[in-house]
Amino acid sequence: MIDFIQMLINGVAVGSSYALLGLAMVIIYKTSEVPNFAQGEMALISTYVAYMLLEQYQFPSYMAFPLSLVFAVVLGCVLEFTVLRRAKDPSVLGMIIITIGLEMILMGLVSWKFGAEQKSMPFPISPYESVMFGDFFVSTLEILTLVVALCAMVVLFLFFRYSRLGMAMKATQQNPVAARIMGIRTRRILMATWGISSLVGASAGLLLSPVIMQPYMMWDPMLKGFAAAVMGGMTSLPGAVFGAYLLGIIENLFGGYISIEFKSVVAFVVIVLMLCIRPSGLFARHYVKKV
Amino acid sequence: MDMKRDYYEDVQLCTSGVVVFWLVALLIGLAALPFLASSYTLYMVNFLAINVIVVIGLNILVGYAGQVSLGHAGFFAIGAYGTVILMSEAHLPFFAALVLAALIAAAFGFLLGLPALRLEGPYLAIATLGFGLTITQIIGRIELFGGRQGLHTPDLFIGPWHLESDRDFYFLLIPITVLLAIAARNLTKTKIGRALIAIRDAEIAAETLGVNIMGYKTLAFAISAFYAGIGGGLFAFVLRFIEPEIFTLLMSIMFLAMVVVGGLGSIMGSITGACLLGWLDLQLRNILEIPYVGTWLEALSQKWFSLTGVSNIQLIVFGTIMVLIMLFEPLGLFGFWIRAKKYWKTWPF
Repeated sequence: MIDFIQMLINGVAVGSSYALLGLAMVIIYKTSEVPNFAQGEMALISTYVAYMLLEQYQFPSYMAFPLSLVFAVVLGCVLEFTVLRRAKDPSVLGMIIITIGLEMILMGLVSWKFGAEQKSMPFPISPYESVMFGDFFVSTLEILTLVVALCAMVVLFLFFRYSRLGMAMKATQQNPVAARIMGIRTRRILMATWGISSLVGASAGLLLSPVIMQPYMMWDPMLKGFAAAVMGGMTSLPGAVFGAYLLGIIENLFGGYISIEFKSVVAFVVIVLMLCIRPSGLFARHYVKKV
Repeated sequence: MDMKRDYYEDVQLCTSGVVVFWLVALLIGLAALPFLASSYTLYMVNFLAINVIVVIGLNILVGYAGQVSLGHAGFFAIGAYGTVILMSEAHLPFFAALVLAALIAAAFGFLLGLPALRLEGPYLAIATLGFGLTITQIIGRIELFGGRQGLHTPDLFIGPWHLESDRDFYFLLIPITVLLAIAARNLTKTKIGRALIAIRDAEIAAETLGVNIMGYKTLAFAISAFYAGIGGGLFAFVLRFIEPEIFTLLMSIMFLAMVVVGGLGSIMGSITGACLLGWLDLQLRNILEIPYVGTWLEALSQKWFSLTGVSNIQLIVFGTIMVLIMLFEPLGLFGFWIRAKKYWKTWPF
């Protein structure tokens, strides 16, 4: 029983970083229907910027981390402005190809600049300190990740529901033409979406960096985050978070009880099976196409 | 652009005498190449031929049927491992093993096609991606498949002919590639091809007109997987050694990139795309040895970047090509060709 609860806790902890990346993907998909495969690498480059500021330019950490988050926002906006906006009559496949291309460019730049070896990030919180809750261990970093993920979800939920910008984003998604007629500058809205999404993704990258920091570090979390977002229906923020925790828990329980070797792929098997039953995810209403 | 006046004009293999001329010239060139070129060139051509086979198959799925697949490295791996295992464990002759392995891959393609019936866009992308990752993980854990250590391919005999050198493989590979390319080209001109195009352009409209969506979509997956399986089986013997780490997600992405760069819905485009990107892939592996550019890049890396990571320029080049093609010519190289042809057709006017 103790094992079981410890696995649940680990699952939730792992799920938090998936949740952040899932949220980031959902934000972009919600407004522009682009499945953003470059999400992980946008976070990667922001993380390496934080590393560079700390190591090379000796910035204090209370300045380096906010600066890297600012960089993430600018990066998202720039990518949208220079690349995504230029695509003419894009199809879903075209968008997938463009974002995969961006992903390769960003990944290539990072590994060209920093080499492929593991770096150690001077993060203020060590990943090896942990807190005891009764019989269970939770590392402080995991608690921080969990808090950030939950805060991000709540803030984004409130943002989309109550703020003017959030409402404008929802309007842009539901009917771009009508939104433009109502005076919403839809292209600027899309740019803001990319900035916010990049910010959320970069926070996930920063929180992962004390454990693993090399150019391939975002592959796995990004794919799992994408899987979680798909599980939640790609357009629902709580759905993505729920999917992420579910995946994290399933992964850890499977690794503990059945086979540790297949732990990293079980998420995808679950996704394929789930999609067989509910093709548009758990939380989205099934969209019926009209002729 | 050329007006088709009757059915037979639409289905014929070569549309004009010019096409026949260039096709014959290409075939003669391919036949003469092994007597002129060095062994390394032939090795490269063999690689490109395998890319061509897989990319043609993927184009039937992506370009003609309009389904996304990010899992073709999985089918490729099934073909490679299936052929080697069937030859070394079941002692089947090479061609039987190759076709049987490709059929196994096609069966997996059919199975993956079933959930794909209800999925589209990002959902289909994640499902196929998951399939590709899972297959290589499973293969890597099974003892029969050599696990993480990988497998060496057995000696290849076809009848009394022992294939050893790259030149021998060239004689095996090129006829298969040409046959499969012509078969794909013919397939797209038949009822099946037209049904797939109808599904891509307007699924519901096609269904209303009596096109069996379920049958044709799963068939597209199966055919595509069959091509990838054949390619994989041949790839194992060209490389002489296979291990699970070869069949990564990056490989699936590269196949998809070749299809898109070459041109969706065009067999000739697939061939050019596969050759161009495959050639670039082989050349960029030792980028620092290219004259002028290499030395310049070396200086640049020392000043701003790191020398250890210089091989990653390959990723940057491929990514840039993919983005630029999608932004400026969504139909790829084939689109450029069509535009150029249209422009020059009435040139002085």
